[in-house]
Amino acid sequence: MPISRNLNDLPRIATREGYGSTLAELGREDQNVVVLDADLAAATKTCVFAKEFPDRHINCGIAEANMAGIAAGLAASGKTPFMSSFAMFASGRAYEQIRNSIAYPGLNVKIGASHAGISVGEDGATHQCNEDIALMRSLPGMAILNPSDNIEAIAAVRAAYAYKGPVYMRFGRLAVPVFNDRSDYKFEFGKGVTLREGKDITIFATGLCVVEAIYASEKLAEDGIDAELINMHTIKPLDEALVVASATKTGRVFTVEEHSVIGGLGSAVCETLSEKRPTKVTRIGMHDIFGESGPALELLHKYGLDAEGIYKKIKVALQSD
Amino acid sequence: MDVLELKKMAHKVREGIVTSIYSAKAGHPGGSLSAADLFTYLYFEELHVDPKCPQMQERDRFVLSKGHTAPGLYAALAYRGFFPVEDLKTLRHVGSYLQGHPDMKCVPGVDMSTGSLGQGLSAAVGMALAAKMDQKDYRVYAMCGDGEIQEGQIWEAAMFAGHRRLDNLVVIVDHNRLQIDGRVEDVCSPYPMDEKFRAFQFHTITIDGHNFEEIDAAFKEAKQTKGMPTAIIANTQKGRGVSFMEDAAEWHGKAPKEAEFYVAMEELKKAGEALCQ
Repeated sequence: MPISRNLNDLPRIATREGYGSTLAELGREDQNVVVLDADLAAATKTCVFAKEFPDRHINCGIAEANMAGIAAGLAASGKTPFMSSFAMFASGRAYEQIRNSIAYPGLNVKIGASHAGISVGEDGATHQCNEDIALMRSLPGMAILNPSDNIEAIAAVRAAYAYKGPVYMRFGRLAVPVFNDRSDYKFEFGKGVTLREGKDITIFATGLCVVEAIYASEKLAEDGIDAELINMHTIKPLDEALVVASATKTGRVFTVEEHSVIGGLGSAVCETLSEKRPTKVTRIGMHDIFGESGPALELLHKYGLDAEGIYKKIKVALQSD
Repeated sequence: MDVLELKKMAHKVREGIVTSIYSAKAGHPGGSLSAADLFTYLYFEELHVDPKCPQMQERDRFVLSKGHTAPGLYAALAYRGFFPVEDLKTLRHVGSYLQGHPDMKCVPGVDMSTGSLGQGLSAAVGMALAAKMDQKDYRVYAMCGDGEIQEGQIWEAAMFAGHRRLDNLVVIVDHNRLQIDGRVEDVCSPYPMDEKFRAFQFHTITIDGHNFEEIDAAFKEAKQTKGMPTAIIANTQKGRGVSFMEDAAEWHGKAPKEAEFYVAMEELKKAGEALCQ
């Protein structure tokens, strides 16, 4: 689908907003939906749910490990818990609790992780989790959704609710362009979305990098490079058929994510292609480094994750092929 | 069940523990045996459970937070009729549902998968919270080790349970005084335990964890305690019932060899017979 309008004019909303608003909707539809937070309700946006359903909003205090265990106990008792924190603490602090108390018993816990990636901005490296997808991807049975805008975030929360089993949802702090407001927009769990068909290269992007990759692909088109752009909102289970099909078609693959190139979308695509369709892949993301403090947009620029950075990296890589 | 019957059943549970660990050639006899009387009381007197319907919605829940003492839980479940006693011999064997640590997906009667110390109590707290939210009467019991409470997550869970006044929750601490590397007070003292739990808004009861009259009184007192969760500190002896395993840290996590197995079973048999006279 060609993106033919000026993306700069789009409204900007953070994906965590969609998390909060959809939790409240689900709360109205299902009495068994309960929401847990660890003293970050205003930031994760579970405050929207808390205001309407104070009895079903469980603030665990600053104790993420215990929150994960309580979520497990609630799920084992028939509830559908959404546990919420920053990506750093949800996936990092509570990693082993998620592994042993949620994933191993396959309990129906949804993890809403906001403030993922370097776009956290000013708080700096301690709060910029670029490793959460890697951690969660390694857990058997854990699904991972990484929506690209607020519309997709809303759809992802609903898809996670409909799915039986543990799901990790990744949301951002930064307000990002809402570009999925098309009448034919449809979220399919586990299916990539082809935003632009092309024949020269394939760009698999996820999260807030998708919209940046749209700009980048349009700039590449001006240079005569016809890029196929695919939005991978579901990192696990990966849409392997689409990865293989597009790689087969273009023969050259790029991955773009606001995450470490170790263990994230880039790794997942490489694992699939190396086994099923060996193809040269360039991974664009955080290259084995921590982030730093600064305004989010400046950080995305510095680390080459905005449209200009993505465009330049693809051009340089193609020149050295 | 009267006290004599409970004592006889506890011997069977101990035989089940020793037999299963001997068959597995691995496992944790010390903390299974120290809690054997508690497991017996829970499954034959206290818990509202139905072996024919392990998933019964209104059942009481039990979470073995000290999951490595699964052989004690499995033996109690087997004798209570949740699965064949004969299956205890498959413990830790490839393909068996009796995993080294409890797996709720495949063991009838196991309410939570545990094994990583410190985690089970949080899940029990979640279950107790669910009961409160649903206005259900079932109660939730969690058993922790005295070494296990060195884990910080235990105190996160305790803080939450006290804050939320979860009076449908009972935490049992199997106070057998030993952990893998030695005596708990030498490794990293958890004392005073009762004062710690009280500081976290728990009602506390300290008992002899091998005395069924005291165990019975403690659980009854817990049931009558409103507005706060209860912690029962059960003073026990690690390895209880097998002379050479008693109060010996080296029996925390190893299986008896053939000769040791027969000595242990003979001791338990004689003690069991003595109860019948």
